[in-house]
Amino acid sequence: MKILMFGWELPPHNSGGLGVACLGLANALVERGEEIAFVLPKRLGNYKVPFKIFFAGLPEAGLAYGRTAFAEGLMGEVEQYARFAKKIALENRFDVVHAHDWLTFSAGIAASRASGRPLVAHVHATEVDRTGGLGSVSGEVFQKEKEGFEAASKIIAVSLRTKSILTGFYGINPSKVEVVHNGIDVPPGPAETDEGLEALKKSGYKIVLSVGRITLQKGIDYLVSAAAEVLRARPKVIFVIVGSGDMEGQIMSQVGRLGLSGNFLFPGFLRGRDISGIFGSADLFVMPSVSEPFGLVALEALAHGKPVIVSKQSGVAEVIKHAMKVDFWDTDEMADKILSVISSSSLVRLMAENGSKEVLSCTWAKAAKEISRLYLSL
Amino acid sequence: MHLGQSREGNLKTLFIIVKMPTVCLYLHVHQPWRIKRYRHSAIGKDSTYFSDEGDFDTNNEKMLLKVAEKSYKPTNRVLLELVRDYPEFRLGISITGTAIEQLERFSPETLELFCRLVDTGKVEILAETYHHSLAFFYSLEEFERQVELHRQKVKKIFGVGPRVFRNTELAYNNELGLWADKKGYLAILTEGWDKVLEWRSPNFVYSPKGAKKAKLLLKNYMLSDDIAFRFSQKTWEGWPLTAEKLSGWVSALNGNGEVVNLFMDYETFGEHQWEDTGIFSFLRALPGEILKHPDNNFKTPAEVAEHHASRGELDVPHVITWADTERDLSAWTGNAIQQDALSQLFSLEDKVYKTKRRDLIENWRKLTTSDHFYYMCTKWFNDGDVHAYFNPYESPYDAFRYFMNVLADLKLRVDA
Repeated sequence: MKILMFGWELPPHNSGGLGVACLGLANALVERGEEIAFVLPKRLGNYKVPFKIFFAGLPEAGLAYGRTAFAEGLMGEVEQYARFAKKIALENRFDVVHAHDWLTFSAGIAASRASGRPLVAHVHATEVDRTGGLGSVSGEVFQKEKEGFEAASKIIAVSLRTKSILTGFYGINPSKVEVVHNGIDVPPGPAETDEGLEALKKSGYKIVLSVGRITLQKGIDYLVSAAAEVLRARPKVIFVIVGSGDMEGQIMSQVGRLGLSGNFLFPGFLRGRDISGIFGSADLFVMPSVSEPFGLVALEALAHGKPVIVSKQSGVAEVIKHAMKVDFWDTDEMADKILSVISSSSLVRLMAENGSKEVLSCTWAKAAKEISRLYLSL
Repeated sequence: MHLGQSREGNLKTLFIIVKMPTVCLYLHVHQPWRIKRYRHSAIGKDSTYFSDEGDFDTNNEKMLLKVAEKSYKPTNRVLLELVRDYPEFRLGISITGTAIEQLERFSPETLELFCRLVDTGKVEILAETYHHSLAFFYSLEEFERQVELHRQKVKKIFGVGPRVFRNTELAYNNELGLWADKKGYLAILTEGWDKVLEWRSPNFVYSPKGAKKAKLLLKNYMLSDDIAFRFSQKTWEGWPLTAEKLSGWVSALNGNGEVVNLFMDYETFGEHQWEDTGIFSFLRALPGEILKHPDNNFKTPAEVAEHHASRGELDVPHVITWADTERDLSAWTGNAIQQDALSQLFSLEDKVYKTKRRDLIENWRKLTTSDHFYYMCTKWFNDGDVHAYFNPYESPYDAFRYFMNVLADLKLRVDA
């Protein structure tokens, strides 16, 4: 089938998991014989992909994250994107419109209306997650999301957790929502390591890694609280927090206030070999998210052969058995789990061995197969 | 159909002059002292390891009371009726020291029912390790201590002395057979496992390799599991299983089998198979149906050993158990964390005993209970077969975590 797919970013020019997921999925769909035409708001460099990309040429469009939902002009870009979408829909032939997350929903709706083709809304994250699943939901973004969900013939949620948010917060009929868990393409080749971290390990340190945007949603502040407990019991642990975000300053001052600056590293946002090396040298990966629709990065850690602790408030917790799971707010329990893993080589070995085996079954091919079936059902 | 375990018996054994089939029913009672959710932060501060009083399934009192109501009490009442109504009916029971302790503490009236059963003289109590441990494979000294502790406890509670041995999970090898022989046990129980039996049938009495006197009684897993596992399985061709049907299968062995050993957990009745499956009506009807055939009878394990000659030695160089499709110890010792936990536990043995402190020794022994290691098993975790795998913890990794935290505290106390 011919799919007109709307995204906001693709690797290597991406700011987070959304781009990674779009690429993994589009590649796997192409592999299955689906024809993908992918639309991006703006060219940010070169892309090596096995499908065609249309660029809307929005002059100011940046990455999906790294700016707040209220960034000046963002809503304008979304509307501009929709106008371009209508144009492209009238000039091309396709069977289905598939739009990823709210930034592209207006474009998806416009393309669907112009062509009369059904819209599939793919939900990787909601405003409810981004605000920690608790507080006030931004009216404008929430509204855009709701519009997209309502206009769609089918909605794909990346987890049961996300599905329940769609039905609970947005009032969507559950029969309209299908859960398709994300996958991962396990990278072949030898594991890389990070020189600096290896040196620390040689002098007896254990490395606990977390990777993700430093925002309310990602719960790094809870990991810092747990770290304080871990370090009381075992001082030679380094916590590496990879990523950037609007809570960075707050987290750093929390670490400083607790007197833990010597045990924390903040290398910023990393990609490619740099992040692979850090994964390779870590003893344990922790994802303490407050509200995580899926949490692809946990699969990446497993694929790197690392034991993993994930919050129960994550979609990935639904698909992975060989991980320890913890409520993000239970920092005492989180500390205990961290301590038990870094204190036991047998536990590290077994969790890594079983986890890296289990992650092999979490493929994009599996997700693509389910989505192909969904296209046919439209 | 497995070699040697066809319900019709095995033609190759026909040359033996065969007596009527004896049914040997044996039920196993056990409750572990489950470790509470003991966090790292408790190390050095909290020495109560088995005292969860909350809603979790690690609350030992809650678990004991539940199984007592669902299984122990109703089963005991049925068995008391059966012993009264059928003078020929008898059976063997094993009950671990940790289960007796919990009954004493949480449900004395249930223990009283067990005592009444033993008092009838128709129920034989078997020997085993007090703590339901796999100590035989790690420390012979500790193993013998636990067997002796169990003997004393059984003597005190039931006023009898066991004469037949069953090891935890019916784990058995040649070495254990010789040990039981040397200690004067009449028999030892284990699984009638095809790989060991080869062409032979489990429905005869055998003897351990090199044993002078002790016999080997082998579980007929086909018929035992028809009751224990398949009773309520509607997809099974034998469903619904009636006492009449089972008795028919037993009687069909007449002529080419001497003893049918029906070995299973006590909790089969009421807990694994709930009351609404009809399991109690089945049990109630079983002796009557079996005894309808004049050639059939019931015997306890010791009676079987006394009345039946060994039909040959069985060579079991590698450990077999009555567990899983593999019939080995892999559910307890198969993965890295289980091996780590066991080796760290047993490496503490000498130090613990040197303290001569009863509380430390008792805590340590409770940690030898095999269930703790079973909870760390990851082999079924892979195929999603969660039903076959009861675990009071969130994951096998968490089971390991709590165990190791407790062990760390115990080490501190031992070193203090």
